[in-house]
Amino acid sequence: MHKNSEVRECERGRPPNPAVGTHLVPSGWGGGGRYVGRVEDFLSPYIVAAVVGLVGVAIVAVAYGANRLLAPRRPTREKVLTYESGVDPVGAGWAQVHVRYYVYAFLYVVFAVDVVYLFPWATVFADPGFGMVTLVEMFVFLGFLAVGIIYAVKRGVLTWG
Amino acid sequence: MGMTELGMPIRRDGGDVGTVQKIAPKPVRLVLNWGRRYSLWVFNFGLACCAIEFIAASMARHDFIRFGVIPFAPGPRQADLMVVSGTVTDKMAPAIRRLYEQMPDPKYVISFGACSNSGGPYWDSYSVTKGVDHVVPVDVYVPGCPPRPEALLQGILMLQEKIADEHLGDRYTTTEQASGAELSRPLIKP
Repeated sequence: MHKNSEVRECERGRPPNPAVGTHLVPSGWGGGGRYVGRVEDFLSPYIVAAVVGLVGVAIVAVAYGANRLLAPRRPTREKVLTYESGVDPVGAGWAQVHVRYYVYAFLYVVFAVDVVYLFPWATVFADPGFGMVTLVEMFVFLGFLAVGIIYAVKRGVLTWG
Repeated sequence: MGMTELGMPIRRDGGDVGTVQKIAPKPVRLVLNWGRRYSLWVFNFGLACCAIEFIAASMARHDFIRFGVIPFAPGPRQADLMVVSGTVTDKMAPAIRRLYEQMPDPKYVISFGACSNSGGPYWDSYSVTKGVDHVVPVDVYVPGCPPRPEALLQGILMLQEKIADEHLGDRYTTTEQASGAELSRPLIKP
């Protein structure tokens, strides 16, 4: 209680009354009679962060330590091999996809993502509170996607044979 | 009418094991084994129709999760138990071996069904491996063509009994080969 009132006094720009506390000259008094705040008041929120950090480090240390003390170790070449469902790994772990496949990603966005939005929209747009604005908004969205479809058609992506 | 009591061969995998596991007294080992036997993350190596029976065993009616067998391992790297259910072909055998090797130790294998036990009805096929134990060590064999899900439950219980008696320190520090007497059995009187 004393500490809190002291902080409030400090915020108002006035030093706390030294006579109120149990000690006559609080530790927050700097040189020249100016109240500068206590170091422990300033750092106390960080104690929580430090404790949480230490607990986190301890959990990881205990987990790894227990594993070291309890688990069997039988290193084999296969264990460090890339997991490819048992078949021979092809190439390295890092692979690049040819840029021409962007068309498929693009069509996926155009067709699949708009359906993802259309289905929930279709269940609510007639409900009270939605109405015409919701309808128009969806058609604005579909209009944007239509530009994508027109682009795909112009690129000849949607023609087969 | 009782079943003939036959000791199971001790597995010897070599390698090394943590110090505490090595020197753990029996009560501690009991707790550690207890933890291991009831959290068997299983990896279903489904190769044929037996896999359907395995799936049935994992579903609500037979529900092996109640025994602590968890069929949600994303892959062999997260699994403790591999159930080979179905016909092992010579072409698939290297993949089985590799995925078994990619499982973290300690690991267990249940051979589920006649095909993976011995080749089953394809015993004289040109392409079928005559039992998955040609490529990986098997802990429990479940007979049947296909076995019912209850048979798999029985196999799981047997494996759990085996894990309860296990001494990981022995299993992972002994490099000597199993003796022929441990691997062969006398004829069983009917």
